This record gives sequence, structure tokens and C-alpha cells, in this order.
Amino acid sequence: MTIYYSEDHEWLSVEGEIATLGITKHAADQLGEVVFIEQKEAGDEFAQGDEIGVIESVKAASEIYAPVDGEVVEVNEELADNPGALNESPEGDAWIYKIKLSDASQLDGLMDLAAYNDMIG
Amino acid sequence: MTDTPKRTPLYDLHVELGGKMVDFAGWEMPVQYPMGIMGEHKQCREKAALFDVSHMGQVILRGNDIGAKLEKLCPQVFSTLPEGKARYGFFTNAQGGIMDDLIVSNAGEYFFVVVNAALRHQDIPHMAAHLDGVEVTEIFDRALVAVQGPSAEDVVGRLCPAARDLKFMETMLGEIDGVDCRISRLGYTGEDGYEISIPEGEAIRISRLFLAHEDCEPAGLGARDSLRLEAGLCLYGNDIDNGTSPIEASLLWAIQKRRREEGGFPGAERILKEISKGASRKLVGIKPEGRAPARQHVEIQNLDGDTIGEITSGGFGPTVGAPVAMGYVASAHAAPGGKVNLIIRGKVQPAEIVALPFVAQNYKR
Repeated sequence: MTIYYSEDHEWLSVEGEIATLGITKHAADQLGEVVFIEQKEAGDEFAQGDEIGVIESVKAASEIYAPVDGEVVEVNEELADNPGALNESPEGDAWIYKIKLSDASQLDGLMDLAAYNDMIG
Repeated sequence: MTDTPKRTPLYDLHVELGGKMVDFAGWEMPVQYPMGIMGEHKQCREKAALFDVSHMGQVILRGNDIGAKLEKLCPQVFSTLPEGKARYGFFTNAQGGIMDDLIVSNAGEYFFVVVNAALRHQDIPHMAAHLDGVEVTEIFDRALVAVQGPSAEDVVGRLCPAARDLKFMETMLGEIDGVDCRISRLGYTGEDGYEISIPEGEAIRISRLFLAHEDCEPAGLGARDSLRLEAGLCLYGNDIDNGTSPIEASLLWAIQKRRREEGGFPGAERILKEISKGASRKLVGIKPEGRAPARQHVEIQNLDGDTIGEITSGGFGPTVGAPVAMGYVASAHAAPGGKVNLIIRGKVQPAEIVALPFVAQNYKR
């Protein structure tokens, strides 16, 4: 299992061709208290850069952008009823999707933890 | 307007308390503290919260018949405003729109006016130009601090006992730990509370005395916005502006009887006509049925899919525990209980027209 990070503050935990996707703790802290999440459905396909969801905090709405091409294979349904989990455990229980990667070579364009930490300073 | 945001006398305290500073109307203001918007909001509803509102314009008017002269600019009665009383009002334009809303207090020797931060550059010249023989002076050397919530009376009253006896919309000069302050029992959260004008050099020290009360915590602009929205209070620039009339904005309550009968204020033609015949659109409360917040500019449709209006303020209401919004709809659709659809990111979300406020106002009358 390898964890990758995107410039849009997502993490992607990859095992084989399946990746679990969520937002980083840094992103969750910046958003403030999350009150709503709009998610795609299992089976939805998307390309890198596509909007694949929206997170609403008490402050504002923020889009989730796909860090890679792929297909949603599982949605974390718990988040609809408990969006606040995104603040409590953004890099754990509050994962957003499990996705099937279309092109694993796109992972090379993402960051590792050290590079991500450098980016957020 | 300068490019560098200005700092209020409380800036250093905000930073010390961990305030997340943002540029708001040209001022560097805390949007929230470490407690977070949700917690700060509930703090204000349940105990007490301290807000820095020093960015608002504080103006002193001196001269004769100030109240009567203000009536030429506003559809309120100010000529008989008793000493020690404050009143909500607004400047109207010739088309009957709202130029700004404001609080006018009769301080006895002078009138004390508080206007929105972003509009001081309009309002002060406007008053100077039209209030003949009145000296219009903006005060730059005083902070304005709001202490709001059910514990506010104790937070302020234990330092200034006379403040306990003030009623809603009353104002007094009071001494807080040796400092002369103007203490007014009002605010914009829907809760009981005070706004206190404090000499700038003492503002942090006096604010710390308020915050030393176990029930009082600092709160930022984020909580201020969700509190006023739940209380059904209009935000200038969102819910009211130069194009919206007070009747459309459901502010008829703020136009006193004599002015409704006599007119004599800018835009009276339109406003009096709307009082007698109704306005074509109305500001209403809107309660989304789902969990998605409906924010400013979201389209409102009737159940047939016709556009009937737009959200002007919206978000999550922490006390309501669900999204809340305000917006204008065609008057035919303004009755509470009506079902509408909101178009949020292209998706249809059902909602209901509701009476304002979402949370009952808790003033000490």
C-alpha cells in the first residue's frame, strides 16, 4: 500500500488497481466544520481534473477534483449522515470513495507525504 | 480605499486569541477563532460571545433638530426619538431602494450613528451634504465591541451595574473599570446583548475584562453571519441594496406610522405605493428540506420549473441544525408553507417558504 497526495489536498491510498480517496487533515482544517457532502455514485467514471463531489462547510462550498482517471467502485455512505466525520478523521474513517484506477502511471504525477508537507509548509 | 486592509484597535488581541484573519470590507478581521464557527455560534446562543465590530463607522452628529433633519434621508421617525433611545433605520434613495441600514441613537447632546463598514465613504458625505447646519464627525479613535448572548447582561453588568437596567434599544454612557464607554443594549445576533464603544487605547484591556467572565468567549465574522441569518436580520449587500425597497425586504416594521402617512423621504412614491398595493417580490425565509446549504445566488423555482426568485443569504444554521436561507420570491409565492425548488449545482432540491426568523429573537424589552 502506497499513499499519494494531490495539489488539491487529497490523499490516495493505493492497493493494486484500487485506491481509497479522501481529503487531508490540512484540507479539513482549512475548510472548517463540514456540514454537507455531495458524492458521486458507484459506477460513475471520471477523468483527472473532473469535479467528483462537493464539500460544504459552515463557511463555503469546495469542490473535490479527481486526482486521476478512474471509476467509483464504492462510496462512503456514512458521510451523508455524518459529514462532521470529515473533520474528525479525514485520513481515516472519513474516506470518500474507493476508485478503480484507469491509468496507474498518473500516480507518478502525485506527491509523497514529504513533498506534500513541503507544499503546505 | 487603500489596498492594505486596516486593523482595528483589537487586532493584537485577535491574533493572540488565534483568530483566523481575513480581509472584510477593507478590514483585517477574525472570521473565526480556534473554537470554530459552529461552537462560537452556539456560545452566543447559550452563553455570551464577544465580537469586534470596530470596522463599522461610528459617527457623531451635532447641531439643532438633528432628528427632524435625518427624516429627510430616512423613512423613520427620529424627531421624537427620546434621549437614551436607539432606533434601526435606513437611508433610502430617490428610487426607493436602500442605500444603507444604520442605528441612530439620541445621546442627548448629540446623535450617535453606526453605519456599515463598506458604506461609510458614501454615508458620511451623504449626511454632511444633506443635514444642513449639522456637524458630521466620524470617530476614528474608538473601538466598537459587541457582547451578545443570554449571559451578556452579567458579563457587562458585573463591570457596569447600571447597564443591567438598560432595555433593548436603549443607550447610556457608563464607566467600565474607569473608562468612559457608550453602552447600547442592541446587536445583530437575535440575542440580548450590548454594543460598547470604547476608547481605542483601552479596547483590548476592557475586552479582556469581558472575556475573563467564564461565560464569554470571542467569536468571529463567521458566527456573526450565521447568527444574524437565523435571526432573520438582513445583511446589506446580500439581502438589501440600492435596488431593494424596504417593503420588498419586509422592513415595513421599521417605518413608523407617521412616515407611512406623510411620506417626505427619498423614494416615498415607490415605498408608499408598495405599502398600499404590495411589492412585486418579497424577502422570505427558505428552509431547504435536504442537507445541502443553499447559498447566495441560488435560483428559486416554483414546482412547474419557472424561476420565481433567488437566494440572497444562506448557509448552515447551527442552532437550527440544518441549512437556512433568505431570498426574494415573486409575491404570489411568498406565503409561508409554500413549496419551492432550489437549483443547487444544477440539481433540484426541494424547500419550503417559512416565516422569519428561524430562531426566535431573545431581546430584553
